[in-house]
This record gives sequence, structure tokens and C-alpha cells, in this order.
Amino acid sequence: MERNLMIAGFGGQGVMTMGKLLSEATCDATDLNVSFFPSYGAAMRGGTANCFVVISDEEIGAPVSYTLDDLVVMNGPSLHKFISNLKSGGNLFINSTIVDAKEVARDDVKVIEAPVTQMALDINNPRALNVIMLGVYVGATDAVPAEVIIKGIEHKFEKKPHLIEPNVEAFKQGLEIGKAQK
Amino acid sequence: MAERVFMKGCEAIAEAATRAGCRFFAGYPITPQNEIPEYFARRMPEVGGTFVQGESEVASVNMLYGAALTGIRAMSSSSSCGISLYSEGVSYMAAARVPAVYVNVQRGGPGIGAIQPAQQDYNQATKASGNGGFKMIVLAPATVQECVDMVYEAFDLAARDENPVLVLTDGVMGTMMEPVVLPPMKSDEEVAALREAFAHRAVIGHKPLDQHTGEPGGIGDGWEKHNIETAEMYKTWDKDVRVEEFMMDDAEIVLAAYGISARISKVIVKQLRKEGIKAGMIRPITVSPFPYDTFANLDPSKVKGILDVEMSIPAQMRFDIDHAVCGRIPVMECLRSGGQLLTNDQVLAGARELIKEVL
Repeated sequence: MERNLMIAGFGGQGVMTMGKLLSEATCDATDLNVSFFPSYGAAMRGGTANCFVVISDEEIGAPVSYTLDDLVVMNGPSLHKFISNLKSGGNLFINSTIVDAKEVARDDVKVIEAPVTQMALDINNPRALNVIMLGVYVGATDAVPAEVIIKGIEHKFEKKPHLIEPNVEAFKQGLEIGKAQK
Repeated sequence: MAERVFMKGCEAIAEAATRAGCRFFAGYPITPQNEIPEYFARRMPEVGGTFVQGESEVASVNMLYGAALTGIRAMSSSSSCGISLYSEGVSYMAAARVPAVYVNVQRGGPGIGAIQPAQQDYNQATKASGNGGFKMIVLAPATVQECVDMVYEAFDLAARDENPVLVLTDGVMGTMMEPVVLPPMKSDEEVAALREAFAHRAVIGHKPLDQHTGEPGGIGDGWEKHNIETAEMYKTWDKDVRVEEFMMDDAEIVLAAYGISARISKVIVKQLRKEGIKAGMIRPITVSPFPYDTFANLDPSKVKGILDVEMSIPAQMRFDIDHAVCGRIPVMECLRSGGQLLTNDQVLAGARELIKEVL
């Protein structure tokens, strides 16, 4: 089975890191095929950024899909730009701190809300909004086992071990929110 | 099984080259291949190699020419409009029979084009990478793993033929990340031996050997002699033709594609098979030499139609297919271009159109 995900937001929200963390962890800790494809403009912080992750137990064809199984939007413009690419019955994850679920102009998709910007501020780790959202995603979809991501976080912060625990905690907070809306 | 690592196409290309014994890289920045020089800039000092950011593409390709002529394994890379600037240097390297490797991470064109991926340099890569009608082996990977394997092998092919080798890939493969298994790292002794193997021709700066000075050129009938010799060499490439035939045994419709388009086409073939449609795929792995025989041998009583799938408008590879098929089987096209990506849905729609037309 193949699963197509797009993550979109402002540059600086950790959109690429979220996609890379998911896909690299999947590469390292599973036998699944996985691809990561970034797409971004010339601007860094503040510009728009999005990436595609495909996870499959078969060979992966296009690393980019416009009939998505899952769409994560970290900001309003991304919702409006990409909502039409989500397939009917697909999962829409919104950063509800800055995106209003009422703006979702479709009733054939499942909306999973998580105020990740606020949550990251609440735990004094404002940059961890992407890790929280990754937790929400994994909790709601079981795209990969949660342990895969935890291993991935440990690997990513190997050289900054003091960051492992706060990020694992952030991930777990997201995981609970995701599971609750499964 | 060896450990798989998650790498970006461009970085995997540079690491594979390093492991193949490449110890010189010159290049000039251009999207979407900047991670190749970036990686080399970090990696070459670690292995005692040399990285140069040239002041231009023209300078870089001529540095490649010079470095490769010393027998060192040398490489360069660029993208589409940058590769156009390589033309003179590549032609000169073919004239001087220099074993150099270079990579084109294709982007949209023509002209400055778009920084997004495309497959619009097919004709340039396979027919005329410079003046003078020379040929090169051109390898077209369809996965990041193949980028690794083909770059690794390209150096051997270049050394064997004493001729430039081009790896033709695209911005999708260059920027996407996938799991790869890396080939073994050649030891310092092996790298030295590879260099020594070219000593009979090497220009070492102070003592050029015999007539082999690395200068292209000749007097009298010199050039024709050169061209006759290289033409003989090109004939030996029949054995180097590589092609993937996927589900072709009973195929009634055939998707023909290389590189990124082929991996998408393969998924569509599988999907059509599930629907009971006898679809297959032919993927040229070497786009030069092109697998003409594979297409020429298709039986028109079985194969009812071919869909040429390329990220190029107008189509380019299609004319190699036509040349082999000679009108015996209808050929239709499924194309994108200018930085717009083909998707599974578009290739599926193209295949359905072909099916409607011929089945």
C-alpha cells in the first residue's frame, strides 16, 4: 500500500524537517520504501515551503502526488492552495492556532485539528511545532509506528543530546492528540 | 544486506563518485544540482582530492579536461543551460579522448528556463553535446540508487573507452531523497592504480609522452583517422546497451520512458495490469547507445500501441522510438515540460487515451 503526504507551511515552521524526519526514520527503522521531495521558493523564512513524503511497501513511482492521502497545513495560505489536492476521504491536518477549521471548504475529508503553534509555545519550545504535528500525524494515521519516529529523533539529535527529551515529549503530546481524533 | 542510508540524489551522486575514486571536481553553481558541488567541497579535502568552484561553466569544463588528462578520476556537473556552456569543452574532450565524467541534472528550458525538473536535454545529450558528431555513453538513472550505481560505473566506462561519459538525470532525482546502499570505497592504492593505468597517455605537466599531448588535433588526414577510430569504438557499444523490459511478455500496449518518467510509468503499468489490461514498459537505461533493437523487435500483431512518456514538449525520445518502430506500431505521447512534473494520474490518463485509440 502507498501513502502520499504533503506538508505545507511558511518557511521557518520546520515543514522540511518534519518531512525529512518522518522519511529518514522510516528508511532507518523499517523495510518500507520511502521518498522525500522538497519544493520551495527563493525565500527562506517567511516564504512558502512544502514537501512530499511517499511511504510504500512497493516501488514508488512519482515522488509528487496531487491526489493526496494526507495533507498537513501549517498556515492559512497552504490550506487554500492545496486543499483541492486532497483526495476524497483523505486526512487534513491543520495547525488550528492560526488556521480556522471553518475555512475548510470541503466536507468529504477528515479534519484533524491541533493547535501546534500554541502547544509549542506552552512547552517553551516554540520551534517544536513540527515535531508535535508529526506526532499528531502518526497518532491519527499509524503511517509508521511511533517508535520509528522516536528512534529518528534520537538519531537526529545525537550530537545535541539535551534536545532529545524535549522533542520526544513534544512528539508524544502530538501523538495523544492524533490518537484522540483517529 | 548492506545498510541503507537516506540520501538526496545530488549528494548520493557525489558520494558515489568519491567512492569510485574521483579525486577532482570542478563546477559552477546552478539549481537544481548545487548539492553536488556542495558535497564535493566538503568531501574532497577528506580524501585528499581537489574541489574547485570555477569562475564559470566554461572554466569548469576545461578544468575537468585538464584534470582528467592527468589520469586522475575527475568529474563535473551542471544543469541544462549550464550544460550548454559545456559543449565546447565536451567536444574537445571527445576529440582528445579524455576519460571524464559529467552529470546533467536537467531543468526546464529552453534558455534559462525554470529551476524545476524536466527532461528537455535528451537530444542534446544523445545526439550533439558539442560540435563534430562525436558520441558518448549516456546513462539515465530512474532512482537515487541508480544514480549511485551509474555514477560509480561511469568512471569505468570512461576509462575503458577513453571517452567522456554523461549521466543524464533530472531535478526530481537530484533533489529527492531515497534510501540507497552505497558501493565500496576504493582504497588509496586502488585510486593510485587507476591513475597509473592511464599513464601511457597522461599529461603530467613536465614530460608529455610521445605524440599524446592531450591536444585535440591533427594534420593532413589526422582528423579523419580519429573519426574512423572513434566510429569503430562506437560500434563496440552494442554490448553496452541496457534496457529494462517490464511485463513485456504479453504486452499489448507499451509505455516507453526513461528516468523519472519511467518510474511513474511502471506504477501505471502495474495499475493497468490489475484492471486486466496487458500493459508493459520499455525503459532505456542507456539512452546512448539507444536500445533500438528492443523497439524494432516488437511484434505489431501483439503490441497495438506505444505511449512515449517524457517531460519534454515537443517529444524528443519519441524520434528514436519512431526510428526503430518505422511506423509499424502507432505511437502516442504523454508529455509535460518547462518544469511541470508528470504525475501518476497524467500518465494513467495518457495510457487510457492510447487504450481507447488502439485496443
